[in-house]
Amino acid sequence: MVDVLIIGSGGAGLSAALAAKQAGASVVVAGKSYPTNSQTSMAQGGINAALGNATCDDIALHIADTLKSGHGLGSEVMVERMCNDALRTIAWLDSIGVPFSRLDNNKTGTKSIAQRQMGGARAKRACYAQDYTGLKILHTLYDTSLKEEIDFLDEYYLLNLVTKEGMVKGATFLQMRTGEVIQIDAKSVIIATGGYGSIYHGFTTNAYGATGDGIAAALRAGGSISDMEFIQFHPTALKHSGILISESARGEGGYLVNSDGERFIDELKPRDEVARAIFIQLQEGKEVFLDVRHLGTEKLMELLPQEMALCKLHEQVDPATELIPIKPVAHYTMGGIDVDTALEVNGIKGCFAVGECSNAKVHGANRLGGNSLLEITAFGKFAGENAAKYALNADSKTAQTAQLEKDKRFIQGIYERENVLNFYTYREELGRRFYQDVGIIRHNASLSRILDAAVAMQTALCKMGIEDKSRTHNTNLTDFLEFSNALLLAPAIISSAIARDESRGAHFKEGFEAENDEKFKKHIVIQWNKEATV
Amino acid sequence: MKIKILRSKTNTHQEYVLPDREITLLKALELIKSSVDATLTYSAGCRSSVCGACAVRVNGRSQLSCSYKAKDGDIIEPLQHHPILRDLKIDKHKAKETLKRSQAWLHDTKEASLSPQDEKKTEKQTDCILCDSCYSACPVLAVNPDFLGPFALTRAYRYSTDKRENDTKTIIDHIQAEGIWDCTLCGECTAACPKGIDPKMDIMMLRSASVQQGYTDPSFALQSFGTPDFGGGFGFDPNAGF
Repeated sequence: MVDVLIIGSGGAGLSAALAAKQAGASVVVAGKSYPTNSQTSMAQGGINAALGNATCDDIALHIADTLKSGHGLGSEVMVERMCNDALRTIAWLDSIGVPFSRLDNNKTGTKSIAQRQMGGARAKRACYAQDYTGLKILHTLYDTSLKEEIDFLDEYYLLNLVTKEGMVKGATFLQMRTGEVIQIDAKSVIIATGGYGSIYHGFTTNAYGATGDGIAAALRAGGSISDMEFIQFHPTALKHSGILISESARGEGGYLVNSDGERFIDELKPRDEVARAIFIQLQEGKEVFLDVRHLGTEKLMELLPQEMALCKLHEQVDPATELIPIKPVAHYTMGGIDVDTALEVNGIKGCFAVGECSNAKVHGANRLGGNSLLEITAFGKFAGENAAKYALNADSKTAQTAQLEKDKRFIQGIYERENVLNFYTYREELGRRFYQDVGIIRHNASLSRILDAAVAMQTALCKMGIEDKSRTHNTNLTDFLEFSNALLLAPAIISSAIARDESRGAHFKEGFEAENDEKFKKHIVIQWNKEATV
Repeated sequence: MKIKILRSKTNTHQEYVLPDREITLLKALELIKSSVDATLTYSAGCRSSVCGACAVRVNGRSQLSCSYKAKDGDIIEPLQHHPILRDLKIDKHKAKETLKRSQAWLHDTKEASLSPQDEKKTEKQTDCILCDSCYSACPVLAVNPDFLGPFALTRAYRYSTDKRENDTKTIIDHIQAEGIWDCTLCGECTAACPKGIDPKMDIMMLRSASVQQGYTDPSFALQSFGTPDFGGGFGFDPNAGF
């Protein structure tokens, strides 16, 4: 029985693993792909810390900016913890070798780390490594994990948490290579499986795998989830492919212009406001472009080399001489597994959640750019420490195999089921309709419509299955399981959006355009009752 | 347009018809899987050339599926020098072991003063996404499966030149056996890298760092000093004991 089982091998999972191991716990990291494939690699702009290297800054300002952007739903305790931890976290990342971009100031340690402006921040606060910040942090964490001999189980697809009397005892997995369903017994579990943005299939910057697998598993196991209606739309994704163009493009001085050549918004406002302004332009039939031409080729290649390549490849434009056509798409999910101040899942003892899958209430109704890399590393370590501590005194009696047997039957059932409806078609439809009806500007009527559609799709799920009957390396099966998880979360997202008759942060509803603190300055929490969790 | 994909079950190239519009290979694979043949197996993730999951060979050359535009007549095959698990999906575990063997990480950290010039020195090397394109392209791995290979050596170089590293020697020590001297400097890795990294140059730099640490090219030693005719060799003899 392992002390700490970590599910998910992105930046949060690796940070947790390193911290838990350092605390003396035995650690296993299980993930559905290889560690460096994770979505952390896609984070571009930076990681916030009030180092004050480039401009005057202060932790109190970082806290205030984060709380302001969260529109009353950020927890002061958690935001303070994260922002205070930021300096230590950057020092730690610097000590393991993250190749941050540097200032020419002859200073040592973290004092030479370059910092850039991001939206909603009152200082140049985001430490970066060109526009590959997430990639370079992730790979350095991975190299350090190899050094510290962390055990990885790659291609283990999470099925369910194993619990006993509300206490976590491990988890079940589909071993993707062999097709076997297995159980890993653990004294404590950390869920670090990422967000649910790819429910907006075709209209998201997210990787295919961001289907909320861990959130769905927590819900099934009796855990709470919260703030599911808060989905951040990134203002600048490439128009045709939805591929992300970092906020740092605006932070470095890029403009937004419409097809009349007019600027229509302060580009450095928080993402919710900028995305909405762009969406309104698009609704008025105008096109919207990101204009970075005035920065010049040299500066663009130095600061935004990745964006330059992506624009040329996917949009056939050269940002140094041409406008970049953009649209806002789903980018980050603020909601997730409801956790307490120790990141322990409300409803499941000994189970922790960290990163995009968790709702640690640091982002509230709208996340600031540069705070997600901070959350996964600072809180990743925090979760690792807490889980290791919990494991010290946890009961080491292993669980029964009831969940395992159930999950074996579940997988067998998918193999035996007739495949009448093609779930890939429904995945497309769900993505398109979510973008349209649970998008940047919402209406109660269309939300009700899509709730009906999602419930109907859930009913139809028993007619969907797999065409590929291979037991080994069956990605048709894992695609199906991912779709099932996203679909499981769909009604939770929609009903939370329906319940919130106001506009706050990333949730904007027509007819209710103002914040209504009296009724809605609170979290909408969803938990399945015991009778329903069969 | 038509493309052919090597299917592992039959070990034949299966032809697929695609719409005649510009699409990435990854989009093409997704179209095939979702509407033509759900058994087609491949790996993918971010769609934006940064997660490293989707490298394959197109007409013999390594490409990221997400950044390659499919063309009529393309032949798609899995990367080389990796066990093929199914169709285009390969097992990267053995290749990843090279990172462990080369101990490519910071061993003993010290505080350093880093400048933009220091950042530039290994900016490219740290763009590596571990897509294994270079590993597939390397001809040495075809004859010596234990060779450390390009990406591990690039990573070792990146850490060995980091000013924060107090113990460069440990890194250099771990890239000697089946490492830098086994490379033929053919440059196939450099040509294959989708991020524009130049592992060949990194290996040359590691060779020169190794010489500074007292290592010599074993094949050169063998040719020049190893035969009795030279009787101890000319010039510098590392075994001469001075």
